[in-house]
Amino acid sequence: MTDRPHLAVIGAGPAGLAATVAAAAHGVRVTLLDSAAAAGGQFYRQPAAELRARRPQALHHDWGTWERLRGGLDTHVKAGSVRHLTDHHVWFVERRADRFTVHALLGPEQEDPVAVHADAVLLATGGYEKVLPFPGWTLPGVLTAGGAQAMLKGALAVSGRTAVVAGTGPLLLPVATGLAAAGVEIAALVESADPKAFVRRSRALAAQPGKLAEGAGYAAQLLRRRVRTFTRHTVVEAHGTERLEAVTVAALDGAGRVRPGTGRRIPCDTLAVGHGMLPHTDLAETLGCRLDGMNVQVDGEQRTDVPGVWAAGETTGIGGSALALAEGHIAGRSAAARLAGHAPDPREWAAAAKSRNRLREFAAALDSVYAPPAHWTEQITDDTVVCRCEEVTGSAIREAVTELGAGDVRTVKLLTRAGMGWCQGRMCAPAVAGLAGCRLAPSRRPFARPVPLGVLAHEHTHPTERGSS
Amino acid sequence: MTSPLDLAQAHPRPAFTVTLDGRETEALPGQTVAAALWAAGVTSWRTTRGAGRPRGVFCGIGVCFDCLVTVNDRPNQRACLVPLQPGDAIRTQEGTGHDD
Amino acid sequence: MTGAACALYASRAGLDVIVVDRGPVAGGTTGAGEGNLLVSDKEPGPELDLALLSNRLWGELAQEFGEAIEYEAKGGVVVATSPGSLTALEHFADGQRAAGVVAETVAGDALYALEPHLAPGLPGAVHYPQDSQVMPALAAAHLVRTSGARLLTGRAVTEVLRTTDGTVRGVRTHSGDIHTPAVVNAAGTWGGELATLAGTSLPVLPRRGFVLVTETLPRMVHHKVYAADYVADVASDSAALQTSPVVEGTAAGPILIGASRERVGFDRSVPLPALRALAAGATRLFPFLSDVRAIRSYAGFRPYMPDHLPAIGPDPRVPGLFHACGHEGAGIGLATGTGHLIAQVLTAKTPGLDLAPFRPDRFPEETP
Repeated sequence: MTDRPHLAVIGAGPAGLAATVAAAAHGVRVTLLDSAAAAGGQFYRQPAAELRARRPQALHHDWGTWERLRGGLDTHVKAGSVRHLTDHHVWFVERRADRFTVHALLGPEQEDPVAVHADAVLLATGGYEKVLPFPGWTLPGVLTAGGAQAMLKGALAVSGRTAVVAGTGPLLLPVATGLAAAGVEIAALVESADPKAFVRRSRALAAQPGKLAEGAGYAAQLLRRRVRTFTRHTVVEAHGTERLEAVTVAALDGAGRVRPGTGRRIPCDTLAVGHGMLPHTDLAETLGCRLDGMNVQVDGEQRTDVPGVWAAGETTGIGGSALALAEGHIAGRSAAARLAGHAPDPREWAAAAKSRNRLREFAAALDSVYAPPAHWTEQITDDTVVCRCEEVTGSAIREAVTELGAGDVRTVKLLTRAGMGWCQGRMCAPAVAGLAGCRLAPSRRPFARPVPLGVLAHEHTHPTERGSS
Repeated sequence: MTSPLDLAQAHPRPAFTVTLDGRETEALPGQTVAAALWAAGVTSWRTTRGAGRPRGVFCGIGVCFDCLVTVNDRPNQRACLVPLQPGDAIRTQEGTGHDD
Repeated sequence: MTGAACALYASRAGLDVIVVDRGPVAGGTTGAGEGNLLVSDKEPGPELDLALLSNRLWGELAQEFGEAIEYEAKGGVVVATSPGSLTALEHFADGQRAAGVVAETVAGDALYALEPHLAPGLPGAVHYPQDSQVMPALAAAHLVRTSGARLLTGRAVTEVLRTTDGTVRGVRTHSGDIHTPAVVNAAGTWGGELATLAGTSLPVLPRRGFVLVTETLPRMVHHKVYAADYVADVASDSAALQTSPVVEGTAAGPILIGASRERVGFDRSVPLPALRALAAGATRLFPFLSDVRAIRSYAGFRPYMPDHLPAIGPDPRVPGLFHACGHEGAGIGLATGTGHLIAQVLTAKTPGLDLAPFRPDRFPEETP
């Protein structure tokens, strides 16, 4: 088996799984590395095994697809063509003269190092949620919408009894219905997008009837549960001293500004809030892959511009799990062919390519209808904490911009420390860019996650077999 | 009332005891620190080093580092990632986590 | 940083100053610097004289700017890792003392009283109380603001305008001309390009360096601590990677580990071996760092010149052109002295230091 070419796939979400299965089915030895204890990624996040859930599908959409993916993975793991390394937190991918070395830390403590050598690397690192700040957003009880969903799916846990789900994007509906099904009272669903925008993009959206049906299904569930839904509204403040007690929700005018006098206070102990997603591109950037805006740039075969590096899923542009599956499949097929020394025949993945095109158009249409309020930066008061890690306020950032000559995220960081903390600006960068009046650009993060200096100091040349398979 | 455990028809093994700042509390096998603390009604276990403000789970997937907590004297663990074992000592964390 | 200091001192000398930068404030090497204000790493000579002048001026600015620039007179501790290197280090310090540097040999308990978390069994060190620190980006931004100079960021200089006899009359930017009888080249690592625009040459080359940044800690490292072999590295002409750890705590909490040096042009990829070498050096000096997490690293390109001295002063080949660049890894530290001297020559005063060693035309002309 060891003479077969070896592909390291990073990330066991829909893209990474589809890629793993496709590559393994075409003669490649695959090592699949993922930080979670089980495959699934964020979308198909599984409850911890020890919780012994008999019906995890109650928390999920499109369970059949998951069962097929998991079945494919299991088959290849049993056959020995795939090694699945769980609890492996990849912090660096090193490009060497003749191969790649993937450096990971074993979880959950992330202290012990592991190195995996491979002939090629496929990045399926997914994304994380974007949240734009507002007063009170650091209060305990305020979570990202995806975070509420992750805690529900993975830990079967909810943070309270009464939730408001707010922000913008296709994630809000499933989060609201998921929480409601788990016994949380949804006090309101607050979406800043304008329903009229959906009508304007109806053609592009209607091209994906399955997706529309999915959305309609969520909406019907909310209707049945009599959830109050506010469109063209936004949360202007979260209230509480030691934890969240209520939120104030207000209407937006045609220009995307809060209408004075429309605020209403809604008591709740949980606010699940999100404004879309951002791709994880740290590993790609350190490898020197070209980015297109915030996304890893890929060609029709899902290849990056660095030889031997493929990318698929949210890291190449936010588009959802179905798109990630199509991209992963194509990437896996391409890698298998290229590693065997021949150019692939794209006709072999024509169906996946067709759905990739359709789903990218659909994602672009969604992107144009789901938008945060145009003047969201006005919600950031001078004493609103913008950088959660370093506790940098709106006024400090505004002063750096107006008084000290900062016009970009990096200079604001240097002058205020916004983005210098544990999360390395992943949470605050969109807000800092908004306040600085510049486009959000990827920031360089050589370490995809913190690494102990003792680990960094030592060269780990021996591939280890630790971790489950 | 429904709970997420009911919804997924979870039937974990019996709960075990862990401590939060020395006080005993229960956790289920498979629960992360964050899940067990939520179940115990605790939503914050850290105060910031600047303003001393309370923080808890925010992103829930290990990206934001807001839910940092000390477990068995190891500071700055992400409560949303770390599963609990019987007897684990959870401590609320102040400032850098290295201060005491 | 150097441009900011030139702006401040020139403005205080009564000149009307415009600062032009193609990027934001501190967008070049300043933003990637540690903010070292060092006398400890310099051998007696013109650079040390400039460092001592700069050190005094930084002390004055610290009084004026307070905490805004995060000035800290923390002192440096240069550690010997072998008895032989302690002897060499003491000999080096003797020469520095003669030039006006305060240097105290410390050994045994005295060393561990200065830095309790150093690795055990080190033979000794020299303590340099004059070594200090600023936060470079904050310093540059506050100096420019206080100078009252007009700040034009995001404007690239595309041409240095000259009269028919070659005298400087201003600069052209992509959004308009700026007319002035004097242009100061404070373009750092890119100073050679600006010299070319002015029709002359200046051999400024990039030398890449990385800095590692840890998680926030309580104060565990109190000085700038580095191993003695660093001194040899600064004066080295080798293009190979030479790393010795400079470890220091900061006011903000993280520990900075710096001082890798490579000549690889403007390569921005991240090589793990350079970062490993920094981590290895730092953990050898401070074993507790093994369990501390690095959360980021950043790269910068030091502007170095063939003889490791900056170019400061008027360019006799182009009347009206002044240079203030090529300070290698010491640009933050040397900025104040440089700005002060530039202001003196701009106002036709006798400079406080002999500028002959820093003459911009001291190198043979490059044949194009």
